[in-house]
Amino acid sequence: MARNRVAIVGAGMTKFVRRAQETSKELAWEAASKALESCELTLKDVDAVVIGSAPEAFDGVHMKVEYLSDGCGGWGKPVIRGFVGGGTGVFSAIQGWYHVASGLFDTVLVVAEEKMSACQPHPQGAFITIFDNITERALGPNLLWIFALEMNAYMTRYGLSKRDIALVSVKNKRNAVDHPAAQLGDPNITVEDVLNSEVLAWPVQRLDVSPVTDGAVAVVMAAEHVARRVTNKPVWVEGVGWNLDTAYWTNRDLSYPTYVEEAARMAYKMAGITEPRQQIHIAEPYDPFDYKELHHLEGLLLFDKGKAAEATALGITQRDGDLPVCPSGGLLGVGNPISAAALMKVAELFWQLRGEAGARQVPGQPKRGVAQAWGDLMQVGTVIVLGV
Amino acid sequence: MKEHVYDSLYLSEEDFETGRVLFETWKPIARYAWDAGIAIGRYLAELKAGRLVGVHCPSCGRILVPPRMFCQDCFVPTDGFVPLQDTGTVITFSICHVRWDMVRLEHPLIPAVIAIDGASPGMGILHLLGEVDPQAVRIGMRVRAVWKPPEEREGAITDIRYFKPLE
Repeated sequence: MARNRVAIVGAGMTKFVRRAQETSKELAWEAASKALESCELTLKDVDAVVIGSAPEAFDGVHMKVEYLSDGCGGWGKPVIRGFVGGGTGVFSAIQGWYHVASGLFDTVLVVAEEKMSACQPHPQGAFITIFDNITERALGPNLLWIFALEMNAYMTRYGLSKRDIALVSVKNKRNAVDHPAAQLGDPNITVEDVLNSEVLAWPVQRLDVSPVTDGAVAVVMAAEHVARRVTNKPVWVEGVGWNLDTAYWTNRDLSYPTYVEEAARMAYKMAGITEPRQQIHIAEPYDPFDYKELHHLEGLLLFDKGKAAEATALGITQRDGDLPVCPSGGLLGVGNPISAAALMKVAELFWQLRGEAGARQVPGQPKRGVAQAWGDLMQVGTVIVLGV
Repeated sequence: MKEHVYDSLYLSEEDFETGRVLFETWKPIARYAWDAGIAIGRYLAELKAGRLVGVHCPSCGRILVPPRMFCQDCFVPTDGFVPLQDTGTVITFSICHVRWDMVRLEHPLIPAVIAIDGASPGMGILHLLGEVDPQAVRIGMRVRAVWKPPEEREGAITDIRYFKPLE
């Protein structure tokens, strides 16, 4: 299949905060305008807009993306919504890619926005509806259950301790100190802090979890002839992949994300990657919980099953390690405005591969990175490979 | 990249409590009455009768629970309901100390995925564990359903109060 080459040429974002004064639409505009400004384009240069945003129940606004559209520069243009729950941020970049790769558009603005703070008393109230309405919801579930159940299955299968996993939270919250948009950077956090934090749903404790966040991120994607004109440092989309597992989640082996592996294989094949552990220099896997980073690194085939924790303990995933993982600070440190969080990971690869990540810059001039997100009912994997 | 981050404004709880910012509130007005459907309808009817059932897929031969009208793997209709035992094995569990709105619970809930005996390997359902010290729960633990008395059952997953250890 003939496909046009697609590059990311600009990126921008809001600060990630627990509660923004801005409305959702205002946040979307802040990120979108920053992304356009970063590559010196205006809305007139944009052919189409992709808007990523997760549950409408957060905002309490039906047709939320239409509500957001003016803030995303969507007026008078072809607009499409990306929505696969937590996987949305990477998925919207994938949609941006195929808009351009297909030849239909030359320049696409991708905006992901989430304002979780409006939902009272807690956005978990909106999340409860992901549980099966007849066979599960009557049991009084909350969102933490699915993570706690999966984390326990993962820990038990591979004999991992809470201490092994807490290292991820410490790494990411420390990395986030160097991110100018971060909500929860903490230069002094220790493993003991994580292990001593409030137990929410064992094995999940307070500091194992990313925060509730408001924020938005935008990237500009362009066809090669536009990209070469706009910037001398285009970051190419080399591969994309996504995959959905069954919604019968209690029938699955929760210790391994097969759907992430399938999505990664699709993206790696497109990118011509045969040895991901050698050919990928930075990874931004989805880390809404600390164990998820490990789970996803294994699904991305970057470590053997059950071995990502050991690699973390050895420092391999530190910013100056052999495979820097979440140099941004991830969702655990920068924050987790659902759809925007994963597009933040795509933007992080963009800045890292251009050598523009400032204090967060990974040494050694990395040439290729992978970003991944996860969502729906613990069943979707979305993967994008970027390179220079 | 600092210049690419918009200097967004953030609010504290105090900003709301002291009325320093303006806001509007609203409560959704919506009620739902869901049809249980073909397969889960029968599942619930059997629960009311004090039985767990699965379905058989004629293509892969698996016995699936919760029941479904079609096997999602083979994409063919399932061909009948199969009685299962009301015992099983804990595949994974949590000890949950908070409600959905993060209010602490006085007594923790123990949600678990339980592989039901008589169904194919790995066929779990979500339920709760009870009559057990939370610290004693282990993956692999054998458990049995504790049913509500027949007159209290209403054809719901909660007709099983919880699962308790077999021993």
